[in-house]
Amino acid sequence: MKILVTAKRVEDPESKIKVKPDGSDIVKEGLKYKINPFDEIGVEEGLRLAAKHTGEVVVVSIGGKEVQEQLRHALAMGANRAIWVNHTGPLDQLGIAGLLQKVAEKEKPDVVLLGKQSIDDDQNQVGQYLAEFLGWGQATFASKVESLESDQEKNKVPAVVLSADKKSVQVVREVDNGLATLEVQLPAVITTDLRLNQPRYASLPGIMKAKSKPIEELTPAGLGVDVAPKIQVLKLASPPARKAGIKVPDVATLVEKLHNEAKVV
Amino acid sequence: MSIVLIVAEQQPDGNLRKASLNAIAAGKQLADKAGAELHLVLLSKDPSRLAEELKGTGAKVIHTAAAPEFEHYLAEVYAPVVAGLAQELKASFVGAASTAQGKDLLPRVAARLKAAMATDITGINGSGADITFTRPMWAGNVFAEVKLTTPVQVISIRATEFSPAAGAGASAEVKSFQPKLEASKTKFVSFNEVKSARPELTEASVVVSGGRGTKGDFKEIEALADLLGAAVGASRAVCDAGWVPNDLQVGQTGKVVAPKLYIAAGISGAIQHLAGMKSSKTIVAINKDPEAPIFQVADYGLVDDLFKVLPALRESIQKLK
Repeated sequence: MKILVTAKRVEDPESKIKVKPDGSDIVKEGLKYKINPFDEIGVEEGLRLAAKHTGEVVVVSIGGKEVQEQLRHALAMGANRAIWVNHTGPLDQLGIAGLLQKVAEKEKPDVVLLGKQSIDDDQNQVGQYLAEFLGWGQATFASKVESLESDQEKNKVPAVVLSADKKSVQVVREVDNGLATLEVQLPAVITTDLRLNQPRYASLPGIMKAKSKPIEELTPAGLGVDVAPKIQVLKLASPPARKAGIKVPDVATLVEKLHNEAKVV
Repeated sequence: MSIVLIVAEQQPDGNLRKASLNAIAAGKQLADKAGAELHLVLLSKDPSRLAEELKGTGAKVIHTAAAPEFEHYLAEVYAPVVAGLAQELKASFVGAASTAQGKDLLPRVAARLKAAMATDITGINGSGADITFTRPMWAGNVFAEVKLTTPVQVISIRATEFSPAAGAGASAEVKSFQPKLEASKTKFVSFNEVKSARPELTEASVVVSGGRGTKGDFKEIEALADLLGAAVGASRAVCDAGWVPNDLQVGQTGKVVAPKLYIAAGISGAIQHLAGMKSSKTIVAINKDPEAPIFQVADYGLVDDLFKVLPALRESIQKLK
């Protein structure tokens, strides 16, 4: 089984993001970068599927030279090899999905696993675009029924389950008001939600091994994809600040304020 | 005249997803600004009742298609039908509420239309051919103004930012069409609904949320919620731990709420949680840790143990009633 997984480079989700005074960009100084947390869940799920069904995990990232850090991280977790699509400059979801389509057509994986959204632009689009471009089925927001504390989680059994004939996967999805289960024919695109799994830490031997694993370099021009953005980000702004609140000493004061001042109780 | 086409969502129980009314209101606003007509599309096993319900929302035309395949929503079945209709109508904009369905469906529709898409829009700016959208990024720490430059533009709409459409008289024309259905590589297997007697999180006017501080004991949260007729919410940590169902999660990747009153008990206030509740009108935070970031967005903060505060709060509110 061959699994293609994405590893986008994003600002550390714990970072305080500030907008430059002229609204042209965010302040990048001092920020730390990580693999998109949802993609990391995808890498973990890919590794579990590959371990169970003897397969290969290929990780892909798009960006400047710095995205090799995120590829090395995925390789240290256990991915077999990596593809780096070398591109600097702005990219939108159409461009990203177009590049991933070409990579998928070249690699012919059984499953492409992507984070359901990246925590920088929060668009939640690329997996769905990719599935349509490839003409494949999609299962977005893959989750699971068991909680993270369950025995199943501890035993690291894949939550995306391959059918007996290996031609389809059953995926539990998080949707409004509950959990939906789909059966998708392979090859398929699956996007990962938070509760699918708990990604493993990269072990020291894993980190050492990752250094010698191959990273293949591709370019948008080589893949024949026009990545000129169709989404223009004109301006960034901070959300309106909430008016400073107060601390109240006790329940009686709180209820008094809610009743007389805010008039919500 | 150009057309704004909004997808009305039918819930698994056959009723209209309320967030669709907010999306329709946003669609009306967009149509007015762009000088376009508002049309709706409704796919269902039997669309007649919901079409009737949608007649008074300000749309000019409601396009309905009936097929047994529409009983359980599947992106692969719905996307070609919505995209096909959009092409036939020469729609300039296609949109829907940012529900789980909207977020699953719309990018697939956009891909078919070679269209750019903006997710979770909170505002519509400009007029005529010069429309831009406001949307959150970095967990709502940044709001971006974006322009989509493809001939067709696709948007998903954050329901809490638009009041629900209503009161336009039952004036919409209902037109049924015969969709061409494509074979799907995906099959619906099952849906496990989380049933609750409490109001839906995204529609409630009061939300009482619990975090890690509850240690998984939600009895006090639920008791206060029931007293206030409120919905129960939760932080990611408690959903991840399996203490409460996932669909109670409020946050960047959970549900976005904007009630009149939001009570956060035992929630420290991670950026991701704040992204889901910062637009609430009045925020109350109860936490033992005076340094908890939730206090920075709370109108009223009380530094104390929630297991002491919530019962006392219930008692005093009961006295008021």
